[in-house]
Amino acid sequence: MSLTVQNITKSFSDFAALDNVSFEAHSGEFLALLGPSGSGKTTLLRLLAGLDQPDSGSVTFEGEDYLALNARERRIGMVFQSYALFRHMTVEQNIAFGLNVRPSKDRPSKAEIKAKVQSLLKLIQLEDLGKRFPSQLSGGQRQRVALARALAISPRILLLDEPFGALDALVRKDLRRWLRRIHDETGVTTIFVTHDQEEALDLADRVVVLKDGQIEQIGKPLELYRKPASSFVFDFLGTNNQVTATVSGAEAKFDGFTAPAVVSGELTGPQVVRFRPFDAHLSKDGPGFKGKVLSILPAGANLRLELQSEDGTVFETQHAHDSDASDLALNDTVYVKPIKVYVFGN
Amino acid sequence: MTTDSPISAGDARLETNGRSAHQIKPEGFKPPKATHRTQHVLPGFHASLGITLTYLSLIVLLPLVALVLRPWEAGLDGFIRTVTDERVLKALQLSFTTAFWAAVVNLFAGLIVAWVLTRYEFPGKKIIDAIVDLPFALPTAVAGVSLSSLYAPNGWVGSLFDPMGIKIAYTPIGIFIALVFIGLPFVVRSVQPVLAEFDAEVEEAALTLGATPMQTAIRVILPSLAPALITGFSLAFARAVGEYGSVIFIAGNMPYISEISPLLIVIKLEEFDYAGAASVAIAMLALSFTILLVTNFVQVLLSRRGRA
Repeated sequence: MSLTVQNITKSFSDFAALDNVSFEAHSGEFLALLGPSGSGKTTLLRLLAGLDQPDSGSVTFEGEDYLALNARERRIGMVFQSYALFRHMTVEQNIAFGLNVRPSKDRPSKAEIKAKVQSLLKLIQLEDLGKRFPSQLSGGQRQRVALARALAISPRILLLDEPFGALDALVRKDLRRWLRRIHDETGVTTIFVTHDQEEALDLADRVVVLKDGQIEQIGKPLELYRKPASSFVFDFLGTNNQVTATVSGAEAKFDGFTAPAVVSGELTGPQVVRFRPFDAHLSKDGPGFKGKVLSILPAGANLRLELQSEDGTVFETQHAHDSDASDLALNDTVYVKPIKVYVFGN
Repeated sequence: MTTDSPISAGDARLETNGRSAHQIKPEGFKPPKATHRTQHVLPGFHASLGITLTYLSLIVLLPLVALVLRPWEAGLDGFIRTVTDERVLKALQLSFTTAFWAAVVNLFAGLIVAWVLTRYEFPGKKIIDAIVDLPFALPTAVAGVSLSSLYAPNGWVGSLFDPMGIKIAYTPIGIFIALVFIGLPFVVRSVQPVLAEFDAEVEEAALTLGATPMQTAIRVILPSLAPALITGFSLAFARAVGEYGSVIFIAGNMPYISEISPLLIVIKLEEFDYAGAASVAIAMLALSFTILLVTNFVQVLLSRRGRA
């Protein structure tokens, strides 16, 4: 019970939108396709839905050749970024659409459709708004209706294109949690596209990171975070600081101090190394990179500092609000010492 | 190192630590005063409204008032006698029924033409797109002459039907054909932009939900075109009711059979029966106005659906 994508390639006139992409979505899995715009993630989703055809490669679902089926026959629930609700239909009519258009021999009875719509309205917590038109709903509510409409056809796979793209931060967070719960309740294999790394890491069982139409890495959120496969994945998943060091074995040597290094592959000698803002230790008199406090950003769960070294490099570091770092003032001189660095060959 | 500006910005942030950002107001900043005038996005509301009303009064209302005042010269009796005259009634009936059916035909034909022009790419598309406007651009008399020569018993098309005993030119059928001809661009041009801007994702959504192309067209696309279709219909109808130039050449203009109301007005004018002409005109005006009012009402209902 799984979706297998093998060696999919798709070009638009002269540029390759997808280049030899292969991955698998297990049954009931919540998979994220993560990448910057232009990485091919939406193209991939459209191929899965049957709205586009690949140049080569195969897509199979439980052994069935999906590419031989058209979009109508694949029974895939697709939620579009623009919601794509039917404006002239009420919420109930929107949700029932997929059932009403079935040929009469497959169509559930009127009463069954009504019951299904009611249960979906309950699921999306819009029981009282069934008679409304989409234009009378908020963005978050429309998103939920679009999801209910896709779920109504009991899809084999649920595809979501930037499901939270057009919503404000608070609604996003709420819907994210809610979507995860819906997924756990329905158990339908779900693939969603996002450019927001936080969203992907929070929500998905596994994340497929795409760059320029190729897969950079596939892994569980924590794997991605702990063992990024490339500098691209590392940089895309969060803020990064870059310095040069001499790498030997699992150690990076700096001017007067060392730090443990996570090295991908066999790399020695002078290299660009990266470290996360929270993998930085501050001290008043070294060792470390000497820097001046450029700005203090107190908002959020952590205290964030921007430090500028003498050669102009700006570091971002993160500290607990009650740590020593909270005593720092602007223009103070401190030493930054990375306590863990990552080294990538590419 | 030139760190002056970040420092001062940082200082402000530190001092106001704990206060929310919107409480900080830069020196010398005054929020704009909220008066009812600032609610109008366009400037000069009063002036533009004044111009609009004056212009409409002069160009539209004044002639109508003159028209409404005219027929009473012959008294109420005269008016009633004129509009209940059988010849007038027949002409009114002919004008409005042929215009209605021509608009109905154009509703479907125009929809198909607009669909083909927006949905498909084919060689010569630009030319066909331009041809649609021809009935619009062609002087009506030219259209009338060419149509009547085409459909006359010895014309290209007319000669095909003549042996079967079907006469097209100089009968109500000819009028109908002329009205279909002149009405087409109205439906096409009303529907085309709406169809072109139709969200492709909505259609794809219908597809993934299992709808056939036909179901998508009928259940999803057509309903959103309804307001534009009604606009096109009422424009085509209004134009057809008032059409004169192209019709009089092909109609034959036989009283009681193929005489349209605008022609009757002209005939009455030529007989110096100004009051009679105005009476027929008022009857036409009242009928047209009622029909447009109804279609507008239906349109409002339709476009309010799913938008309010």
